[in-house]
Order: sequence, then structure tokens, then C-alpha cells
Amino acid sequence: MTAGILAYGAYIPRLRLQRQAIATANTWFNPALKGLAKGERAICNWDEDTVTMAVEAARDCLTGIDRKSVRGLQFASTSFPFRDRLNAGIVAEALDIASHVAALDVTASQRAATSALLNALIGGGPTLLIASEKRRAKTASPHEMTNGDGAAAVLVGEGPAIARLVGSASRTADFVDHYRTDDQPFDYQWEERWIRDEGYMKLVPPVIAEALSRAGLQASDITHFIMPGTLPRIAGTIAKAAGLPETSVRDNLQAQLGETGVAHPLMLLGHTLEQAKAGDRILVVGFGQGADAIILEVTAELAKLPARAGVKGHLARRKEETSYNRYLAINDLVEIERGMRSEVDKQTPLSSLWRNRALLTSFLGGECTKCGTIQIPKSNICVNPNCNAMHSQVPHAFADKAGRINSFTADRLTFSPSPPACYGMVQFDGGGRMMLDFTDVDAEALEVGQTMRMMFRIKDHDTQRGFTRYFWKAAPAPTSAKES
Amino acid sequence: MASGIKDKVAILGMGCSKFGERWDKEADDLMVEAYEEALADAGIETKQINAAWLSTAIEDQHVGKSGVPLAIALRLPYIPVTRVENYCASGTEAFRGAVYAVASGAADIALAMGVEKLKDTGYGGLPQRSRGVLNSMSWANFSAPGAFAQLAAAYRTKHGVAQEDIKRAMAQISVKSHDNGAKNPKAHLRNKINIDTVLGAPTVAEPLGLYDCCGVSDGAACAIVTTPEIAKSLGKHDIVSVKALQLSVSNGQEASHNSWDGSHFVTTRTASKRAYTEAGIADPRKELSLIEVHDCFSITELVTMEDLFISREGEAVKDVLDGFYNADGGVPCQIDGGLKCFGHPIGASGLRMIYEIYLQMLGRAGPRQRQDEPRLGLTHNLGGFPHQNVCSISIIGRYGV
Repeated sequence: MTAGILAYGAYIPRLRLQRQAIATANTWFNPALKGLAKGERAICNWDEDTVTMAVEAARDCLTGIDRKSVRGLQFASTSFPFRDRLNAGIVAEALDIASHVAALDVTASQRAATSALLNALIGGGPTLLIASEKRRAKTASPHEMTNGDGAAAVLVGEGPAIARLVGSASRTADFVDHYRTDDQPFDYQWEERWIRDEGYMKLVPPVIAEALSRAGLQASDITHFIMPGTLPRIAGTIAKAAGLPETSVRDNLQAQLGETGVAHPLMLLGHTLEQAKAGDRILVVGFGQGADAIILEVTAELAKLPARAGVKGHLARRKEETSYNRYLAINDLVEIERGMRSEVDKQTPLSSLWRNRALLTSFLGGECTKCGTIQIPKSNICVNPNCNAMHSQVPHAFADKAGRINSFTADRLTFSPSPPACYGMVQFDGGGRMMLDFTDVDAEALEVGQTMRMMFRIKDHDTQRGFTRYFWKAAPAPTSAKES
Repeated sequence: MASGIKDKVAILGMGCSKFGERWDKEADDLMVEAYEEALADAGIETKQINAAWLSTAIEDQHVGKSGVPLAIALRLPYIPVTRVENYCASGTEAFRGAVYAVASGAADIALAMGVEKLKDTGYGGLPQRSRGVLNSMSWANFSAPGAFAQLAAAYRTKHGVAQEDIKRAMAQISVKSHDNGAKNPKAHLRNKINIDTVLGAPTVAEPLGLYDCCGVSDGAACAIVTTPEIAKSLGKHDIVSVKALQLSVSNGQEASHNSWDGSHFVTTRTASKRAYTEAGIADPRKELSLIEVHDCFSITELVTMEDLFISREGEAVKDVLDGFYNADGGVPCQIDGGLKCFGHPIGASGLRMIYEIYLQMLGRAGPRQRQDEPRLGLTHNLGGFPHQNVCSISIIGRYGV
């Protein structure tokens, strides 16, 4: 039995920067940007990065799946927040699967995710592969227009696959279309026409041909061709060169999302799976210092997969961002006056972070075995005044619970990178409550009683020591009409 | 049940510095300013003081830790000096320490000093500071106004009050305190305002605007306490005594157990009930001559009127708008301007409130003197946040009442 894809998921940040806003700010300098000033791109909120997006994509992917079954976790990105701290480890703790998975970061190429996918497909044990990207781009650069932030995940393993591997091929080449060194925040890019002619057109078609040959398929057998890339008409040109049906070329979601880097092949795969039917053959190409070509065949299991937000759901969860200045500020691309209140020391004692990881990273509370009261944080003595039993609590997961707002405010005094800071008391269904920061909310739309879901987010940055601190926040639940 | 503190301890003298932006003064200058007044009022010398308590809440901004700063500032003769901190209830805590020392017989005369020097932060409002290691990692990014502002959403939901009505009552609370503060030469803010000023001010934390929030001040307040017998032996005739001292501290129930609706203070209700029992008060609305409450924010004062059982639940808005808490109303609240206008040097605030009640009992409050002869007054502090806080209550009155 060969391994296949068991489930998929995606996450796209809610904010969509209007490309016209970028153009308005920058065409005085680079008039050519006008040609790219259509549609929108996903951008992270101030409290999102590749780790937080990976957690959300993984939660989406694992909908209806027993998390205990996951044995491996691979996390692909070229924009990890930490260079020497296992980013996949943070994700594993947040998913509360850390104690039984082997986790690995995969990086340094735009095809990191497809290469990791191939490894996972031949690797056996259920592996959760997540790809997440939030690439920085220079102001007024074409990449500022075409990049998008986002994450996608697939669960790979033996079992009832929704899509099974039928063939693949890879080649590696030190073809440097762009690069980013350790000490540089931005990519350096070579000429697009050269990348197209010498890179994509010479490297990709032979790999596709080999994958088809190994699968025993003709080019005309491909139903969906996934070819990430922002060069104009690149996917169609490759399809033609490789003999793939013109109709098989998938939309690269440039208009509404942007290119999500390492995550993009998996993002487009998720988008394709949302529309595919049993028997469809999907060709996924990853490009970057060579190419991977992966051919998957959709099975009847796909229709049985529990509903999830996926790419479609997250694309629908959107708020237009028309402030280019806010985009610059929350991406630390301009030095904004944060005020003296932002200067408070945010040092994280790492020993305390480790000791409290159940609460801080996995968001576990307690359940009293004497009286049944659910509470967070878990404590030595039960909070129920009619119980107060000692040492009676067992861990209880809160991350996937719905909660309701009991009280709230929108605070313009406390420092927030994107004011006002909204927060309030959230009361969880079934018991427990906590005063929590809100995220992805519109202050004017908050209401007592509103339903919220929990999301893993950046709590704050320790700029003095370069540490990012994460915690859980409350965001409007998908069913809530309050979310725009 | 314990017999309580009623009439066991008398206030021998009190003093209070001018509150405000005291750019030219250090914390020890402010302490000495309050002390000189208290010492003259008590008619004693420093060497007669047997023990002292110092309250500060944010000592790392000025004097630092321990009782030493007080001992040095007043040159106390190697007596016991203890520094206390319990959020905004710190001043009342210092008073409690001194009063209990006298009541126990451990000291004949004891001193309580509260001081805060907050205007060296470089910005208005409370200094930003660490909340403790784990709290800094798990608490929401809330400010004091943001935490207290939430009372409004919960109160409105519970009692079905329209946003405009509660905003209007909150505005009236601030207008009243500015009216009172204008008559107080020691007050930080002495300007009169009107409701439109309050309603038109910028928002700090929804629905609190700038005028719904008290600022912070530099200042010090001081009490010297002894037994009624010693006070008489020192020639005091009009004796003001302590009737009740209560403290209630959240145990995490409001923050973590779903039994609290967020619209009131569990601690204030608990502490005030106990204080009324201790003082022998059956009907606070009738028996209290005036009150000084912790009006850190207008909404706090509003719900506190119910938590002290003076307004009936759901009726504080009406009482406020009817003028019941004005200087000429049934139970004047913040006759000295309150935290809002007298000012809020945190560690001194509880003692400042007691100072005002003390002056009122002795008819020494000048243009702001309560007209009906006061008999009993209450002070109330809240430290922390509505979902986890410290509440202190003191009841002070004429000896024998």
C-alpha cells in the first residue's frame, strides 16, 4: 500500500492589502507598478507569522482526524521566525502533539514543500506537512505586489487516501533566480525573461515528462496542472511545452491571494482538491533550484472528508486593507513612533515558558475530577467555591472550544502595534473563562454574547532580545455574522 | 465573632500634601510636607511615635523598597517601620497596620504614611510595568482603563441600560467631582467642566473617554493614631475614631469561574457588608454622612454606589443623575474632588480619603464642608482589575457615635 494524501487544510490571513494602495503610494517612484495594481494580496495581521499561520493550516487539515495518529511533522518555509529554534516544535506544542511526533523544519528553497511532500509520500508513518510563508519585500518592488502571506497543510500517510501518488520526478540545479543570505532581509532577484527562458522552460518540462513516464500516463491524462509562479502566463507556457491540456492549468490565485512562496504548491493543491472529483489526476510542480513534479490521483475518499474552511473558506474570510501605511508599520518596514508605553521590558524567562508550555503553547486548562468544573488556568485548588478540592485537576484542552464575550473594550491607551487593543472576558461553552486579547476583530462590531474561537498568535515581540512570544487569542467564530 | 475595631483607636492627627504634578519635589519632600501638618495637628513630637507603616504601590519609580525611605525622611528613631503594598488599597493598608498596632497594645502612638511620586515616567497615567513572569505571558494586553471599561458593557447588558444613559451618568460623576475639586486648594485638578466636555472628549478605552479617567499624581498623606484614652490625655476633645476596617481580596473566582457577570465588584460587596456589621450600621444610605470612593474611572464609581448598598441594584444611574451623590445631596461622594480631581498618588490615596473624612468630622473642610453635621464617613479603595482585585473599606466617625 502506497502512501497518499489523507487530508488537506489551509490558512490565509484575513487582511487583504489592496494592490491599488501600494501603487498609489509608490508609482511616483516606479510607474511600472501600475501594471500590477489589480486585485488584492493576503497580508498577515501584526500578530501573525509563519508559525501562527502553520498552526491554523494544520488545525484546518486535521479537522475530524485523531491527532494522536500523527507521527511526524514537517514544516516548510523560507521565512521562519527562528533560525535556531525548531519552528516545527512550536507548531507541534500548539497542536498538543509534540510528545509523540518527530518534527523537522525544511527550508532554503521555494520547492521545500514539494520536496518534503515527496519525502513524506515515500516515508510511511502519518506525517503532517505544513508550509507557511511570509516573505518581506522592499517597498515599491514588484514582489511587494505579487507576494501573499499564507499557509497550507497536508496529512500524508498510509490509509484511506483522498489522493494517491502515481508518479513523480525531481531534479536539482543551482539555478539562482533569486537568493537571500543570512544577513539580508530581502531577496535579490535576476531578470525575469532569463528566469523564464533558462529556468522554468528548460528545467520544468523534462521533469514533468519523466514523472508522466513513471506514472505510465500521457500528458493529456492530467486534469489539473498546478504550477506556482508569478511570471506572466508562465503556467500556460509550460503546459503548452509539456503537452498538457490547456484546460488543466489551475488559477494561481494571484488576483485574490498573491504568491505564498513555499506554501503555494500546497495552497493550490488544496484549492484544486476543493473542486476535484474521483479519478482526476493532479500534477503539482515545485520550482526552486530545480524542480519537483508530483502526480496524484484523486480517490472516492475525497468526497467523504469532513467539511473544513480550506482555501475557499479562508479566501471568503477577508477584510480589505486600504492603508499602505498600516501594512508598512505592522511589517516593520517603517520606523513608527510607538511611544514610551511600548518600552516596557518583555523578556521571556525560557525556563518559565517551558514549565508553563501546557497553558502558554498548548492552551490546556484543567478539569476537576471531584466536581467536574472546567477551568483555565489549571490550578492546585479547584476554583469552584463549593468544591476547592486540592490536586484534583486533569488537563483539559481549550484551543478548539467556542467562547462567548462577557465583557470587552477597545483600548487606545495600552500599546498595540495596531490599535485599538481589543480584549475582554471570554466565557467558554462547558465552563472556564479567561480575560483574553482579541484578534481579527472590528472594534465597532464587538458585542456581549458574540461567539469567538481561539487562535494561536504572536503575543508580543521582545525587540531588545529578538524573541517572539506566542499565546492564544480570541477571534470571531466563522459562524459569527460579526466577522467581516 | 471578633469584636472588631470600633472605637478602639482614635486619629490623633492627619496631614496631606498638595497633590499634582510636583515637578520640583522628591518623594521625601512630599512625605515631610504631609508629616509636618500631621505632627502639628497631633501635638506630639517624633520621638513619641512607637511604630510606622509606609505605603507605596509603584516604589520602583521613586523610593525603592522597604521601610527605610520613610525612616530616613522623618528621621524616625530606630522604631519598627514596615512598607506595605496592596495595589491601590496600599494607603488603607498602612493605616490598618498602624491602627491594629495601637489596638493590640503593641504601640501607644503609630504612624501611617502613604506616598507616590509618579510624574517621572515621561507620560501620563500609570507607569507600564511587569506583571510577574507568568502573568506577563498569559494576561491580555490590558490597561487599567481597559479593564474597568468592561464594567460598562456588562452592566448595560445586565440592567438593559442604553449606552447614552450610562455615558450621561458617568459624565455627571466626573462633572460633580470637578465641581468639588474646584473648592479644594490641595487638589490636582481645580477646573470646572460640563457634561458636553466629558462626552466630547477622546476615547481612552471604549466607552471611557478622557474625562472618565482619573490621572495619577505626586503626593503624600499621613495619619497618626492612638487610643481614645491617650488622645484625651493629650488634650483632644473632638475625637474621631475608627469604626471599621475591612479588606476583601479576589481569589480567582471572578477571573476563572463562570459565576460572576462582570457588572459589579464581588470584593466591595463582601467588604462593605462586613464593615457595616463591624461599625454597627444597619442602613448605610441613611446613616453614612459622606463617602470617598475609588473613582479611578467614572464607571467604577457608578457601580460602587450599588456595591456599597447605598443605591439599589440597577438604580445607580438614576441616583447619580438625581444629584443624590452631589456635595449637597443625600450622601455626598468625593466632596474633596476624589481621585478624579484631588488626584491619585496611589500609595497615598487611601490615607487622603481618610484625611478628608477626618476634616469633615471636625468641621475643618473650609468651603467644601458638609453642611449637615457629619457623623460617619466611609472610604473605599479598589486595587487591581474588576476581575481580580483588592478592596479596602474604612469607616471613620465621631467617637461614641
